[in-house]
Amino acid sequence: MIPTDWLGPQEWQAVRLSLRVAAAATLASLPLAVAVAWLLARRRFPGHGLLSGVVHLPLILPPVVTGYLLLVTFGTQGPVGSLLKPLGIVFAFRWTGAALACGIMGFPLMVRAIRLGFEAVDPKLEQAAATLGAPRAWIFVTVTLPLILPAILAGATLGFAKAMGEFGATITFVSNIPGQTQTLPSAIYALLQVPSGEGAALRLVLVSVVIAMGAVLVSEWLAWRTAARIEARR
Amino acid sequence: MLEVAFRHRFQGLALDVAFQAPGGVTALFGPSGCGKSTTINAIAGLMRPEQGRIALDGRVLFDGGTNLSPQARRIGCVFQDARLFPHMTVAANLRYPSRWRRGAARDFDRITRMLALEPLLQRRPGTLSGGERQRVAIGRALLSDPALLVMDEPLAALDEARKAEIMPWLERLRDQIRLPILYVSHSVPEVLRLATTVVLMQQGRVVHSGALADILADPQLAPQLGAREAGALIRATVEAREEDGMIRVATAGGPMLLPGMDLAPGQVLRLRILAHEVILAREAPPGLSALNVLPVVVTRIQGGLVQLAPGQGATHERMLAQVTPRSAKALELQPGTPCHAIVKSVSVLQS
Repeated sequence: MIPTDWLGPQEWQAVRLSLRVAAAATLASLPLAVAVAWLLARRRFPGHGLLSGVVHLPLILPPVVTGYLLLVTFGTQGPVGSLLKPLGIVFAFRWTGAALACGIMGFPLMVRAIRLGFEAVDPKLEQAAATLGAPRAWIFVTVTLPLILPAILAGATLGFAKAMGEFGATITFVSNIPGQTQTLPSAIYALLQVPSGEGAALRLVLVSVVIAMGAVLVSEWLAWRTAARIEARR
Repeated sequence: MLEVAFRHRFQGLALDVAFQAPGGVTALFGPSGCGKSTTINAIAGLMRPEQGRIALDGRVLFDGGTNLSPQARRIGCVFQDARLFPHMTVAANLRYPSRWRRGAARDFDRITRMLALEPLLQRRPGTLSGGERQRVAIGRALLSDPALLVMDEPLAALDEARKAEIMPWLERLRDQIRLPILYVSHSVPEVLRLATTVVLMQQGRVVHSGALADILADPQLAPQLGAREAGALIRATVEAREEDGMIRVATAGGPMLLPGMDLAPGQVLRLRILAHEVILAREAPPGLSALNVLPVVVTRIQGGLVQLAPGQGATHERMLAQVTPRSAKALELQPGTPCHAIVKSVSVLQS
């Protein structure tokens, strides 16, 4: 058994919450990121540049601005938040809000990685599949997606890592409530504000490093395996 | 019957293509960049021409109103670069069309056997040689239950040894499968071995289309296939093996003798008689080492080539002889002049 008592209950809570927030943010935004990446890589339409700009906005804006815009839009008084509230969907000051903020901050990174994947797939393979009678949706699932799997994994890892580290937008949008919205970075920040917190903060920093490294290694391994499967087993 | 007529502007080339392809192998022949690939993309539905009409066996694939998707056209394509799915085994590649083209699923065993693909089934495309890849691509296209097979320079990316390896498979395909084939190529040897009909293209236009034999024996068109390739392609039927081992065949121009080969009586052959292997004589020449002397009548004289009708001219087949203008003048050759064609050598193209 790995000893667990070297972190206090509140710190463990922050680690668990961060993992949950990052996983939810990554999984929920991945399908949308694939769709947007496909649109940007494969379609030419009026507003192409605008869409690309909007997608990249969270990368360029100060995170505090993104968080504030989220608060204004998705807060209980905001235009979207007030619409969703009767449906039981509340983002403000909940862990779901943290996930939303992290998802939006990681979105441009995911789209960029996956878009590169789409651009690397030879459309001639898809044409060949079309001459064999397969409908377009089937071609997408059986030819395109398997070929860009490494890019999707890379995008998901980047999104996950970004979500684990997101601070500015999250703290602006959902504050820093222990057990509710206090993610790893917020907890580290809070611990550094009190005189006795430095030791615990250092331990949480170690945890973030391990999780980030782990995510990168797992994704590298998955990408290597997919590539090996596609290239050839000699 | 494939009917093609379309116009399209593409990368500075104005395409104006019109031809018909009956059954058998139709070669779309022309230099690189003359619009061959664009033409087959238009036929397969991978490119939409600006205007025109494309129909296959009376079924309209494209005209002003109709533009069938590649999926709906039922045209099997074999591309120069094979385009196998790299993440699937050979077996999965071959079975890919079966979900949508059920007609072909039952042919799986027959086609894998015909192309000798069984040993490759569990391999991935990345581990195959270029020739093996093309064989798999041909098998996959056949298993899509096509009404027409389109092959876009399937041998161009292969070295000579691989070409020689795959050519017999293409001949088997032509002879065993009753499927019209449109074969795009800029290689004369491939066209000679495979095609029955030839569509000559140049700079986006069809210069001529017709039976390969007619083009080869046309003094004006034959040089387009290469000066050394001009010459007759005539049908012959094996009659008997002579006592000395030579094979006697019947042609429209009379009997001919071929060096001993493993041929059975009744077998139909295609004979190549190159223009520079034919000598003309006004009188039947006595004391000659050449065995094959055919009575012919001159039908046309053009550019150092004399077109000849074998026999009494009752056949549509034509031969060519390479004759310098000086000799033509000395022999007083003109259309209608009867001569004797002394054939120095004949090569046999299996039928």
